[in-house]
Amino acid sequence: MAVATSHYLILSAILFSIGVAGVLTRRNAIVIFMCIELMLNAVNLAFVAFARHLGQADGQVFVFFVMAVAAAEVAVGLAIIIAVFRNRETVDVAEVNLLKW
Amino acid sequence: METAVFYVLATIAVASAVLLVLFRNPVYSALSLVATLFAVAGLFVLLNAYFLAAVQIIVYAGAVMVLFLFVIMLLNLGHSEALESTVGRYRLTGVIFLCALLVAQLTAVGTRQLRGPVAENEALRTENVQTLGKLLYTDFLFPFEVASIILLVALIGVVVLVKRETPETT
Repeated sequence: MAVATSHYLILSAILFSIGVAGVLTRRNAIVIFMCIELMLNAVNLAFVAFARHLGQADGQVFVFFVMAVAAAEVAVGLAIIIAVFRNRETVDVAEVNLLKW
Repeated sequence: METAVFYVLATIAVASAVLLVLFRNPVYSALSLVATLFAVAGLFVLLNAYFLAAVQIIVYAGAVMVLFLFVIMLLNLGHSEALESTVGRYRLTGVIFLCALLVAQLTAVGTRQLRGPVAENEALRTENVQTLGKLLYTDFLFPFEVASIILLVALIGVVVLVKRETPETT
């Protein structure tokens, strides 16, 4: 017996919320990035669940594109973190406040 | 059987996601994120998305997490004095926002009729890779090419960002 689609969506919602909580509470920039990856994965799970629910492959193709964009985003983000660390010797987002008014 | 596997994988995913947020050492956070990614890959298999399960493990758990661990160790963040206090003054805001978001999401899921029968698509299950490949090179050909350009631009951007400024040598 197949698991109902709503179960997958609830799991996806829980994972997404944990990711949001991590982004809001953590101050280490790298952990914040990992939480963003977690949110992207939660969305991917919802996409695949809907793809099965509707019997169409389009959702799985979209997950493919999300993964491609996420890979690019991680590479650029980590490069920015390295550049910031070189200049300020920290990855604490509370101390990197040059653009704060 | 399938239900039991779903609940085991869901528990692993949620537990390691919570640990990801709670661990103070970023290396442990990265490893628990790997556990979450593997659990989600297992859920993809349950959902008959075999190709995506393989890509999830190869790209995310393989390449992306190696990149994370590489940066953590390059910057020596696993070291104790570089550890930050886990939670700042945003804890209360975060928890309230999280609860509100979760309630909103669960309400949205609960009010839709998603408990009905699942639409059967035999090709998607038995010929998963072939179906996706055909779609990628027909209906989604343009986005596919744009994705390749995005990856190229990201590659060049990373090199430019990380390159050290060298004084002009004439």
